[in-house]
Amino acid sequence: MTQNPDTYSAAGEVGAVLEKRTFWTRLKLDLKKSPWSARFGMVIIFIYAMLAIFAPVFAPYGEAQVFPTPYAPWSSEFIFGTDQIGRDIFSRLIYGARNTVGIAVATTFLAFLIGGALGLIAAINRSYIDQALSRLVDVFMAIPSLIFALVLLSIFGSTVLNLIIIIAVLDSTRVFRLTRAVAINVVVMDYVEAARLRGEGLGWIMRKEILPNIMPPLIAEFGLRFCFVFLSIAALSFLGVGIQPPTADWGSMVRENASLIQFAQYDLKAGLTPLLPAAAIALLTVAVNFVVDWFLHKTSGLRDEQ
Amino acid sequence: MNVHPVTKTILERLGLGLATLFVVSIIIFSAIEMLPGDFGQAILGQAATQETVAAFRRELGLDQPAYLRYLQWVGGALQGDLGTSFSGRNASGIDRSRAVVDLIAPRLWNTLFLAGLTAVIAVPIALALGVSTALFRNSVYDRTVNTATLTTISFPEFFVAYILILLLASLYPVFPSLANVDDSTPLAQRAFRTALPALTLTLVIVAHMMRMTRAAIINLLASPYIQMARLSGASQTEVIIKHALPNAWAPIATVIAFNLAYLVVGVVVVEVVFVYPGVGQLMVDAVTSRDIPVVQGCALIFAITYILLNLIADIIGIITNPRLLHPK
Repeated sequence: MTQNPDTYSAAGEVGAVLEKRTFWTRLKLDLKKSPWSARFGMVIIFIYAMLAIFAPVFAPYGEAQVFPTPYAPWSSEFIFGTDQIGRDIFSRLIYGARNTVGIAVATTFLAFLIGGALGLIAAINRSYIDQALSRLVDVFMAIPSLIFALVLLSIFGSTVLNLIIIIAVLDSTRVFRLTRAVAINVVVMDYVEAARLRGEGLGWIMRKEILPNIMPPLIAEFGLRFCFVFLSIAALSFLGVGIQPPTADWGSMVRENASLIQFAQYDLKAGLTPLLPAAAIALLTVAVNFVVDWFLHKTSGLRDEQ
Repeated sequence: MNVHPVTKTILERLGLGLATLFVVSIIIFSAIEMLPGDFGQAILGQAATQETVAAFRRELGLDQPAYLRYLQWVGGALQGDLGTSFSGRNASGIDRSRAVVDLIAPRLWNTLFLAGLTAVIAVPIALALGVSTALFRNSVYDRTVNTATLTTISFPEFFVAYILILLLASLYPVFPSLANVDDSTPLAQRAFRTALPALTLTLVIVAHMMRMTRAAIINLLASPYIQMARLSGASQTEVIIKHALPNAWAPIATVIAFNLAYLVVGVVVVEVVFVYPGVGQLMVDAVTSRDIPVVQGCALIFAITYILLNLIADIIGIITNPRLLHPK
């Protein structure tokens, strides 16, 4: 900085330093610095999203199209063979991206809608509503969620809608805990008090004052919750009480083709077939975990101590 | 009143545990409450007459108010009676159903055997890995173990299970792929047949337990009093044994109990993969056939185990807390 009155211009200096960065420039800068694991994760997530959206374009055959040969081996006609009633496994894998991932995303959104809203209300209100909700959540969390989900599914029956609602409600307890915990620190800030005094309603305070300040932990939690929901739904479908046939779903595909694994000695490809949908689940979970890891690291402001 | 703070805290925790158990039992009990009104017809079949359905409803006590039935149900559960299964009934009113307790009891022993075997293998490995990675933090060893466990955590249990079956039962037949045991199986044979399910659970649980132990120890080693001990010239072993460990018991006990509680859930999927005759498999079958009394019985057992393990972890944490043990 120069103090020469002839050449110094405060406006000029401020203008030079504070070149306003748009959202996209910042995103580009961040991406440039991202580690290889996060980049790998993002590429995988992108590929899954494309497959899910354009499933009918990529899949060679229909989701429930039946061919005469069940358990056909891998060939140029059926890349990964056919399943127990003669449906093309490769096509079902692609449609599975749409069904399994789609249902998991919808469930996670619903869980965040319920848990986030109630958590914010509890944090702002801090009266008997907060007490009642918190105790209720304590009890819900005292039962393992898979067991709870099994009980509820046995009562209401296994339909996709029931599955989404049940898992979302059970998972919203953890979202509630997190939202309430981070929001409580923001609620006591002066600007929230100011908003209250100028007469803003509950909805405004939730959306405009508190939510923007607690976004980073919630976004990271969204990734982790998605993994958890995704694995729960896959586990339930694998157990036969989740997504029901003939919908192509990775969890049930593993179960349906599991018997092929005993033929691995004679034909390794046959033995690998039931592992493909399971691997598809695992790959997406790993990818999301990598991205969340990077995001947490970036937003927490922590640096690697060497 | 002059009660030792430790006793006081433990009593509080026990009270809280009992309260949780009470609410949980109400939730599980109300499962039958939430069924649609015509479920008697659905279970007994279309041919059932109105009289048979009415008799069935009376047997379930549906003609009594809910709170009376709840008391009867809890009273029965305390005396080891969980009602009778829905299956085995038919329209003619002949009752071939079995008591839920008779269905669960032999399987409970199998499930406990599997969980116990897993715990015996997994706990020492996880603790050793957790402590050693915390001590050699950021070394190549630490990073390798970390990446490996992060990957295992992301895998669904059935993926791990089928990879193990593919490798150890199909390609290189070392272990049987079906964990087929019954009462007459001798112990060594039982352990051999249970090897693959136990190994699957071990892989899943070690990853969780190791990461949590590592985090707990690192957290502890960063505290000022450890640094103080280091600065005053204590050796590495001294720091760990004399200074860090007394404070580490609580987090480590929590980690172990939390993961044993996690086992309760993990067991369900693994039992189904290996067709292991345990409570988890029974519960999944009961959910598929909507056999509510069996679902209730299994859920109650899982929930009690889960709550108990968490309670034990809390109590160990309280007992070993130096601040509570030596109050000012």
